[in-house]
Amino acid sequence: MFGYNGKVLRINLKTRQIATEALNMEDAEKFIGGRGLGTKMMMDEVDPQVDPLSPENKLLIVTGPMTGNPVATGGRYMVVTKSPLSGTIASSNSGGKWGAELKFAGFDVIIFEDKADSPVYLSIEDDKVELLPADDLWGTTVSNVTKKMQERHAKGCKVMTIGPAGENLSLIAAIMNDEDRAAGRSGVGAVMGSKNLKAIVVKGSGKPPVFDKDIINEMNKVQLAKIKANGVTGQGLPTYGTAVLVNILNELGSLPTNNFQLSQFAAADDIGGEKLAENYLIKNTACYRCPIACGRYVRIGDQEGGGPEYETLWAFGSDCGINDLDAIIKANHWCNEMGLDTISAGSTIAAAIELKEKGYIKEDELDGLKLEFGNGTDIIEWTKRMGYRQGLGNKMAEGSYRLAESYGVPEFSMTVKKLELPAYDPRGVQGQGLQYATTNRGGCHVRGYLISPEVLGMPEQLDRFATEGKETWTKIFQDLTAVIDSLGVCLFTSFALGAPDYADMYNAISGTHHTAESILQVGERIWNIEKMFNLKAGILPDQDTLPERLLHEPIAEGPSKGWVHKLDEMLPKYYEVRGWSAEGMPTEEKLKELGL
Amino acid sequence: MEIEVRYFATFRKNNINKETMIFIDEATVGDVLKQAGIEEKEVAILLVNGIKVNQIKKLSHGDIVSLFPPVGGG
Ligand code: SF4
Repeated sequence: MFGYNGKVLRINLKTRQIATEALNMEDAEKFIGGRGLGTKMMMDEVDPQVDPLSPENKLLIVTGPMTGNPVATGGRYMVVTKSPLSGTIASSNSGGKWGAELKFAGFDVIIFEDKADSPVYLSIEDDKVELLPADDLWGTTVSNVTKKMQERHAKGCKVMTIGPAGENLSLIAAIMNDEDRAAGRSGVGAVMGSKNLKAIVVKGSGKPPVFDKDIINEMNKVQLAKIKANGVTGQGLPTYGTAVLVNILNELGSLPTNNFQLSQFAAADDIGGEKLAENYLIKNTACYRCPIACGRYVRIGDQEGGGPEYETLWAFGSDCGINDLDAIIKANHWCNEMGLDTISAGSTIAAAIELKEKGYIKEDELDGLKLEFGNGTDIIEWTKRMGYRQGLGNKMAEGSYRLAESYGVPEFSMTVKKLELPAYDPRGVQGQGLQYATTNRGGCHVRGYLISPEVLGMPEQLDRFATEGKETWTKIFQDLTAVIDSLGVCLFTSFALGAPDYADMYNAISGTHHTAESILQVGERIWNIEKMFNLKAGILPDQDTLPERLLHEPIAEGPSKGWVHKLDEMLPKYYEVRGWSAEGMPTEEKLKELGL
Repeated sequence: MEIEVRYFATFRKNNINKETMIFIDEATVGDVLKQAGIEEKEVAILLVNGIKVNQIKKLSHGDIVSLFPPVGGG
């Protein structure tokens, strides 16, 4: 099969042994790459019951067949491991240029095993692969490591690194690449930190082989035209990035505010994409081969850098009741420097504020800092403290679930499977809520973006409050997203492209013979193997749920007033369309049908 | 009757985020669009009081009309 290099790099950090192995092409055919293939490798090599921060857990960096190849957004990679935050399978996606560079160096996958005795980093220059000491990098921030690596290594090298948060085993730590791109969720940065692995610097000079250049050119012509013609990918995302969603969700009354106690934020416009574009934006930026360019590059005072996404504006903004855009941009910057997931970090601060207001967190735990809804003064300091595990920041570094649980009130944590929920109140978007509850990695919106039909009207407009038929939409979106995440392209292409386009893409690059139907079946296989990993890890269907607040407290005001999430109605139907038992377990027949 | 019209993204011209439109008789969302100089096909998300509608929707005093061009993706 084309599109792959056919090579896996296996690094034992303890023995310092570096080996190159052939990629199992049978598995590649069944699981594509990225998220799918990574999960299959985890299933084969790691006991799902492993302690995620022990040397026995493995850290996999997995590209897809599109990564580094000539397709729109073909530059993405996945970090696959067992999550220390949720205990589920973790697969965190990132863009930038790093993933493509790994393909140019001749590898598809890196597997890290065991733990180094002292801090190290990995340097890859084509087939020259070395583990080098990282003592001078340990303890330093992401931009510092990136700069040092670029001074020390080949011109144009790409750098992936953890910040202090990953080193300090914060369960909400991200892995960063190209300075401000993040494999953000599920605490994958802590797994890297637990292995004493600080960074991976890569430079390659090759190109993966592709199937047929003429077919690829034709396919690209069609797909680029679709991306350009689509309102969201052609105009909306390039102009405003994701940030424009702040006002949309607020107008719908589904913008979680004050730790999901409210669903509208009076000052939403102060933190929206329009304000960001008006007062801070210098230019938009793009990941490898991306015609959409949704990235924000902003200036604040004399500082320039990557700007906040919608999720970040929400997490540090309305979820904390904060309308100080300066403070949010700086908190975003410090998340990038510390290597923290902005969603989990902001949401954990929001939970901490509620715990403080309700009297669980005491004044003397604050070291004189403010922890109040609407007060942005100290969110930057709290962010740093989470990264360095200082003071109350030490507890917050564990994420909102463990924080709230430590005070005996886990219900104040707005999480599913201990992963912080993103910026859509599911009471006002019922399909998205079903998606949150059933996602294998926990509270996540990018495993099936039901906001697309429920809010944006794509590919067709659904009633956001209706439950009818949402189980089928959820399943299809989840399966298709699993395909996209495994190919190595960006989920945002799916506003303009559908399953037949992804089949065309894979066929053109890899010479496969997929149809929309067959590729969706691969997606379903991936979904089910993730589920099987979770079940073996002890994450049972009782965790397919939402926080109590969202199930039992009706939204108090605004356009979504009176709604709770109707998970009880939806979940049994979802299990049924998945072909699982009524208890939410994949059946023997289903697994057999999928070749698992 | 008074209608509050909220503009978002590229519909914000000359820094006008919102305005109040006054209609003597009955009015529909289509009338609001006409007065705002926006064609229906330019609007991707059209809300009255946070609920999606189309341009034939009749308005009542105090309604809030929110207009978004094609944007989004998070
Ligand atoms: S759409 Fe945005 S996140 Fe996706 S590849 Fe392009 S720039 Fe990166």
